[in-house]
Amino acid sequence: MALRDTLAAPLPTSILRRWIRPLARWPLGVLLAASWLALMVIVALGADLLLPYSITAFDLKARLSPPLFFGGSLAHPLGTDELGRDVSARLIMSIRMSLLIALFGTLIATTLGTVLGFLAAHFRRWVETLILMAIDFQASMPFMIIALSVLAFFGNSLPLFIGLMGFHSWERYARIARGLTLAANEQGYAAAVRQLGAKPGRIYGLHILPNIASTLIVSMTLTFPEIILLESGLSFLGLGVQPPLTSLGNMVGYGREYITRAPWIMLAPATVIVLTTLSISLLGDWLRDKLDPTLR
Amino acid sequence: MLLFAASRLLRAALTILFVMTFAFVVLRLSGDPALLIMSVDAPPEAIKAFRQAWGLDQPIWDQYVSYIGHAFTGDFGKSMRDGRPAIELVLERVPATLAITLPALALKIGLGIPAGIYAALHRNSVADRVTMAVSVAGFTMPSFVLALLLVLVFAVTLGWLPASGSDSAAHAILPIITLGVGGAAIMARFTRSAMLEVLGQPYIRAASAKGVTWRRVISHHALPNAAIPTVTIVGFMIGSLVAGAVVVESVFAWPGVGRLLVSAVANRDLAVVQALLMVIAASMVMANFAVDMAYGWLDPRVRSAPAGH
Repeated sequence: MALRDTLAAPLPTSILRRWIRPLARWPLGVLLAASWLALMVIVALGADLLLPYSITAFDLKARLSPPLFFGGSLAHPLGTDELGRDVSARLIMSIRMSLLIALFGTLIATTLGTVLGFLAAHFRRWVETLILMAIDFQASMPFMIIALSVLAFFGNSLPLFIGLMGFHSWERYARIARGLTLAANEQGYAAAVRQLGAKPGRIYGLHILPNIASTLIVSMTLTFPEIILLESGLSFLGLGVQPPLTSLGNMVGYGREYITRAPWIMLAPATVIVLTTLSISLLGDWLRDKLDPTLR
Repeated sequence: MLLFAASRLLRAALTILFVMTFAFVVLRLSGDPALLIMSVDAPPEAIKAFRQAWGLDQPIWDQYVSYIGHAFTGDFGKSMRDGRPAIELVLERVPATLAITLPALALKIGLGIPAGIYAALHRNSVADRVTMAVSVAGFTMPSFVLALLLVLVFAVTLGWLPASGSDSAAHAILPIITLGVGGAAIMARFTRSAMLEVLGQPYIRAASAKGVTWRRVISHHALPNAAIPTVTIVGFMIGSLVAGAVVVESVFAWPGVGRLLVSAVANRDLAVVQALLMVIAASMVMANFAVDMAYGWLDPRVRSAPAGH
């Protein structure tokens, strides 16, 4: 009853203007992409509430049960694996894990790269030379190879793995931050704040960072799907997230064994990976057109 | 031009040195290499002998110098698994990898570049939109998903091609397609944007305005200029000929460098990982060098510019 009342009441025009109207102007593809990502975020945040079963719960009577509409039952809408574990439950936990890794990886890469870029632009001379050399090195080797050798030398654990993902594409942010800071220093506003006596932390954090944030955010929409792909690739090879934890790539790698008898184990996480990376790319392209003045 | 080549060569050598230093530092950071390489339950005498043989009882700086010296002669030690020299194990896998990555490269260039050029010349047409849609799909679909979908369709459902192994030429078809199609999508995207960028330049308008036929504008003015950014991507793909098939080789059980890397990492066979790192770095660096040279040849402006950023 209460719900119907709120629906019947006209929406305050300010909310309408601020949220609904711009939404209607979004292109359909972007809208679909945003909806899919919203769904993924809800799944990741509410994973504990949404879980139909524990991810290790066996249902031995329903082993390799196909998904609903393919001869399966409502009890296991996405089917089960060969131990009778519910695919949808594992999928939910995998989405949470993969998004978490990608989120932290992106944040680490952005922070690390931006700080190094600022340092290079601030100190110039040998600091800059050193950072530029590191950028060259990172850019000259495929990151998957670097990641694999680090995993070989150090072994694998989840914190290490997440930290490692944070080293992916930091050099992109370092380049952007350095380049834009050098430009900003010539533009006068940074010099003006410096003349007023602001400390470097204030100049970079409160004046230069907001000015280059849009370019950094656009780059984050590139890094995020790249880390999802990298993480799932490594996990697929059995060198990323280790069981009993599960991630999307992990599930695909495991489902590969059953590709003839139970392709749904592999198809469900594969679909999620493709749709998620596709959605972020679409949204990122659109954001780039909207946000990044350097590309106009 | 000679100075340009020399400066690029120096940079290539520096990058290799950097990679070797990286491997050295990471190995030392990760613990006692003797214990890591020899396994924990090796007899103390063996560990002592290993330390002496590898100079691990020397000061760290001497160790570094001798490590670099060993590495330059191709000596990375022996594989922990089967006792053979690590570099040998790596080099014998290279032909198998090239057997799938070279045809895949041909596919990427042969499909991707014409598709990109066509899409750019027919901007916003149906063909352009289809090309770009396929390219976005190729961009966002991980290679293992594409590989497994191909297996599902052509091996499991249709039964036309073998799903994995390396016994016959037919076994190479699915890996080549997987690598080639994904790369062609990237290639098409880059070629298209390079071409569009060039087509918007004033010299194209100038050429058309002075009465050059459109066909000649494309072939003599647009294509050579669009080739410059495209060469970068091709160079990057050539650089990844050795290391670019890690995942695909694993999916198809193809006995190449990538699969060796995965198993060496899983077994923590550090000598082999180091040798692989070196071979991969060398191939990447050589490709980058070749790209720089091609740049200098294609674009005279690069030649005279000072090296650096």
